[in-house]
Amino acid sequence: MTSVSRINRLTPYMFLAPAVVLLVVALLYPIGYMIYASFLDWRPSQYIGEAEFVGLRNYINLWNDEAFRESFGVTLKFAAVVVTLEMFIGVGLALLLDRNLRGMAALRTIFILPMMIAPIVVGLMWRYMYHPTVGIFNRTLKDWGFEPIPWLSDGTWSFVAVIIADVWQWTPFIFILSLAALQSLPQSALEAAEIDGATDWQKVWHIKLPLMMPVLIVALLLRLIDAFKVLEVILVMTNGGPGLSTEILSLRIYRTAQEFQELGVAAAMSNYLLILLIILTTIMFLYNKGAENRAERLRAAAQEA
Amino acid sequence: MFFEFSFEPVVCVGSVKGVTAAPDDWEDTLPTIRLEQVEKSYGAVRVLPPLDLTMDDGEFTVLVGPSGCGKSTTLRILAGLEDLSGGEVYFDEKPIGHLPPKQRDLAMVFQDYALYPHMNIARNMSFALRLKRAPASEIDEKVKRVANMLNIGHLLDRKPAELSGGQRQRVAMGRALVRDASTFLFDEPLSNLDAKLRAKMRTELAEMRDTLDKNMIYVTHDQIEAMTLGDRIVVMSEGLIQQQGTPEELFKTPVNRFVAGFIGSPTMNFLDGTIITEKSKTFVQGEGFKIALPAATARILESHASRDVTLGIRPSSFTTKPAKSDATIDLRLVVSEYLGAQSTLVTRCGDSDILVEHESASPVKSGGMLTFGIRTNEIMVFDKTTGLRL
Ligand SMILES: Nc1ncnc2c1ncn2[C@@H]1O[C@H](COP(=O)(O)OP(=O)(O)O)[C@@H](O)[C@H]1O
Ligand SMILES: [Mg+2]
Repeated sequence: MTSVSRINRLTPYMFLAPAVVLLVVALLYPIGYMIYASFLDWRPSQYIGEAEFVGLRNYINLWNDEAFRESFGVTLKFAAVVVTLEMFIGVGLALLLDRNLRGMAALRTIFILPMMIAPIVVGLMWRYMYHPTVGIFNRTLKDWGFEPIPWLSDGTWSFVAVIIADVWQWTPFIFILSLAALQSLPQSALEAAEIDGATDWQKVWHIKLPLMMPVLIVALLLRLIDAFKVLEVILVMTNGGPGLSTEILSLRIYRTAQEFQELGVAAAMSNYLLILLIILTTIMFLYNKGAENRAERLRAAAQEA
Repeated sequence: MFFEFSFEPVVCVGSVKGVTAAPDDWEDTLPTIRLEQVEKSYGAVRVLPPLDLTMDDGEFTVLVGPSGCGKSTTLRILAGLEDLSGGEVYFDEKPIGHLPPKQRDLAMVFQDYALYPHMNIARNMSFALRLKRAPASEIDEKVKRVANMLNIGHLLDRKPAELSGGQRQRVAMGRALVRDASTFLFDEPLSNLDAKLRAKMRTELAEMRDTLDKNMIYVTHDQIEAMTLGDRIVVMSEGLIQQQGTPEELFKTPVNRFVAGFIGSPTMNFLDGTIITEKSKTFVQGEGFKIALPAATARILESHASRDVTLGIRPSSFTTKPAKSDATIDLRLVVSEYLGAQSTLVTRCGDSDILVEHESASPVKSGGMLTFGIRTNEIMVFDKTTGLRL
């Protein structure tokens, strides 16, 4: 190979190099900073270089920290419940509304609205709706002669309250993706199922859901990743309370840094969360890769056949 | 694969009652299928003008016609996959236009296969049986038998995406054949097979036609399939039924030029001319030919003197050794297509191409003029403007 052709071959990389380096630095520097900070006993008033290096102490202490463990548990419970509810309701609505009736387009647009509202606003909105005396829920209950519900002042109810708010905001995400998946299903396969004697329900169960599954799995993982990071809505609605009942991990991290001023500990917590999210993302990545490989293999086999 | 749902009874939630519940009155005997003034429009586009059609029970009916003439639409209306824009479909005397497909007790082979992409071939074929909760051994036995008949026994574990077009088409066929429906609908089920396999499948289908007592309605654009398979053939064009009858009726007594040209291979030759009478004999004269008609035909044409007509002459009606009664015609040879046992000669008469079937044994040289005899009793005469046979 001549040196000219080698240079020609390398030219695109040379042009790309500065951008790539910048991108890597910009992406990794803050993460590296956070990882480094997690090994320090660091107060906001200190320069990072003056902070004491404590090794894995922050991580080990957290492991034994009741409040952190509870917060971790709340996070898992919250994510599991909201994502499950959102999947069921979102997919269910999509199956129900996947038909070409008049007005369906408008209805679909309305369904997307919650997703487009800033989380802070959603939090405020729900906080006032949950207000113990003047909120719409308790007002209505009172008008109908029922006992008011301690929406945000009881541990269990406040957990329910934040779940309702999250489900309200994010079910549309699942709904939209499911609807798109449904509408790209091969219609003729559904017709064949009808001829084969499938009821509506059997079509859903045996044809639609299995064919939607790749989309649903990605949607589920995306929602799960997001649910682990939720902050503003809960911050505004309950600020983690009462007690620790709604103190999800991101909120605890926020408070550890802001209120307790323990930046090193907050960084260690963030890293625990990061590990969890990396695992989820990897699963999604592997799943997508697997799906691609499968599709590739099928195509190759069909060529051969 | 973890996203494929299992079919084991445990997960099969929901009601399955009524899945196969064809109304009792045609469960044992095959229904006579009748379309009465059936219409279909998509928006302003009318695909089927009012159409009447009766298919006797146990009959193998072939709908044949050029692409886009409404064959698939007719079949899909029968299946219940398309709503009627007008008219009614009857199974025996029972109107069924409003019934969903699953209550019509039919199996169908789709033109585009319509396989279930996420199921392997065995599961594709057994889907209907599994919905009916047929015993596993029976399902297994049926699937294997049909798969072997269709030469796809070795593909049962594969997904549809892993098959070639021809193989998918056979799976689609197999999925219908494992069913025990009273009516089978086929939408161009052989269109994607290579010539050899198509011939084989045609034979298999012909055998099935003779052994299975089922209503079979078969759509094709291929007149050879129509002729070899149909008890009765319905020729369609632009949504209209041109003629229906046995293969022989269609071949020997087509009602119009369209049917005559559509049925038969190689296709019939058409020559435009005028009826003239000379010395009490009737001729049709056109550019480059003057053919005397036999007395029987002449009598029919008496009232049409000096009318513009089109002569229809099948390629098989020509002969190199004219008998006394035969008319003769001079044709310029353009190409000779050698087919082995015989040749098809492409010749020209005036501006018209004329196909002639010819015994290969007698060699023919290109370029020259040839004189052929025509068996005049086989000539058909059509009105030039209406296309109707006179
Ligand atoms: N969904 C549809 N919308 C509009 N036109 C259609 C639709 N389906 C079929 N057609 C038209 O109806 C005519 C008949 O179609 P089809 O029954 O599929 O023909 P064939 O099966 O004989 O080839 C065609 O001209 C086609 O373009
Ligand atoms: Mg068609």
